[in-house]
Amino acid sequence: MAHLTLSQVGISFTRGGKTSEVLREVDLTIAKGEFVSIIGHSGCGKSTVLNIVAGLLKASTGGVLLDGKEVNAPGPDRAVVFQNHSLLPWLTVRENVALAVDKVFRGRKSRAERTEWIEHNLALVNMMHAADKRPPEISGGMKQRVGIARALAMEPKVLLMDEPFGALDALTRAHLQDSIMEIQMRLKNTVIMITHDVDEAVLLSDRIVMMTNGPSATIGEILTVPLKRPRRRLDLVEDATYVHARAAVLEFLYARHAQPAVLAA
Amino acid sequence: MASSSALALGTAGRDTASVKSRGPIITMKGIKGVAARVIPPLVVLAVFMLLWEMLCSSPTAGLPPPSRVVTEAWDVIAHPFYDNGGTDKGLFWHLAASLQRVALGFSLAVIAGVMLGTLVGQSEWAMRGLDPIFQVLRTIPPLAWLPLSLAAFRDGQPSAIFVIFITSIWPIIINTAVGIRNIPQDYRNVSAVIRLNPIEFFWKIMLPSAAPYIFTGLRIGVGLSWLAIVAAEMLIGGVGIGFFIWDAWNSSHISEIIVALVYVGLIGFVLDRLVAGVGSLVTRGTSAA
Repeated sequence: MAHLTLSQVGISFTRGGKTSEVLREVDLTIAKGEFVSIIGHSGCGKSTVLNIVAGLLKASTGGVLLDGKEVNAPGPDRAVVFQNHSLLPWLTVRENVALAVDKVFRGRKSRAERTEWIEHNLALVNMMHAADKRPPEISGGMKQRVGIARALAMEPKVLLMDEPFGALDALTRAHLQDSIMEIQMRLKNTVIMITHDVDEAVLLSDRIVMMTNGPSATIGEILTVPLKRPRRRLDLVEDATYVHARAAVLEFLYARHAQPAVLAA
Repeated sequence: MASSSALALGTAGRDTASVKSRGPIITMKGIKGVAARVIPPLVVLAVFMLLWEMLCSSPTAGLPPPSRVVTEAWDVIAHPFYDNGGTDKGLFWHLAASLQRVALGFSLAVIAGVMLGTLVGQSEWAMRGLDPIFQVLRTIPPLAWLPLSLAAFRDGQPSAIFVIFITSIWPIIINTAVGIRNIPQDYRNVSAVIRLNPIEFFWKIMLPSAAPYIFTGLRIGVGLSWLAIVAAEMLIGGVGIGFFIWDAWNSSHISEIIVALVYVGLIGFVLDRLVAGVGSLVTRGTSAA
């Protein structure tokens, strides 16, 4: 059953009289509860796809349907976990989540219910211990956890993550990936994640969308990852399905669609 | 000097290590720190006074030496609160009157300046239309506005307040606009996703995000308004520190002028620190005090 549909999505930017096409003919259908990663070389427009789904950018051609309704503005039903966490530095962790919760659930939840919901979501990402700290006082991994809590607290139909772990060190990243897997198992969220990390994509995703290089990037191939959940990273290291999927993505990225800029460099 | 302080720091470190749990509130290190900041200006001040005393103690000197300032102006120094009606009041009342004008004019400038700055920072067209006009108007010296405002208001009090307003508004507008223009796109995206309306966006994102810039503008603004009030009061008369100085000059009480200048300087300093302190409190340390 189609939950989210991108049909013939294309986008062009015009600057100084020159029009450049960034994306063309992106077609993608995502089912409810599915975890989809979009992977590609930097500059291929994968974040642009996410921003179009989020409503932060407007597609030049085609459109996005969420539960049969057209997406044309940002909204809490498509909460975004931003690459650089985007927490407001003058608010505490709790207040950052509260800003979203109070706005989204005003009138639907009482004050007490909202407070409880904020704490529930902070607990979900193990951040209750730092609830009254401000973003500059916590680590990068913790900030990203709060960003995830803020997005989850909006009860989005689709959770959009734009390279959520890109700025983190390998150990923290692995830890957060495990948290995300566990949370997604529990809440059955529909997730679109942008990444450039092959292992991350294979570990987390049900399907991996591989993008060709820009300009005029589009979907090159979609790989289904038939691994059972829960997945444990240690068990997967030598798992044939995992190794095969990983090899397929690597082959797409580095053999068939190697980045021209990288080759030149 | 360096070796002795290093030695002292070393002992202080050993002291705290031996106490281990919680050190006393007043530590050797703390006293050292305060002394290091207080002693140099005191030394410079003493040298300056000495130099002044020496240069001005000859009978032909145009200005009185500090010792004579204190004896001559002792009445003014010792009785700041007397009030004989009219403009014959103690320094406190003159300063209070000036501060009141500054408070009023500056408050109006803050409200109007932040609003106009937000407009200019937020809207490309408002910036194109208003910015060139602001850039010209802000170069007009404060006192040049005075005759115009006297003509418009036909009264000294509102004219002085208007001069304060028009003097301090420009840095507030300009800094606010820069602050608003520098709001990271990320914050705008966050507010778009949770669908803040424009009023919520103004209070919850714009103001806090631009606060460090706004407070820079406020600090410059309050400094300028204190500069302007003294000059304006010299011309409009009535109770006020500017008038006090002008009146003392007309009566050749040079010592009283010097005392008044000391107060003007100190209060200007306090105003600046006050705005900086509020800024640092409001922005939780992100705007430098």
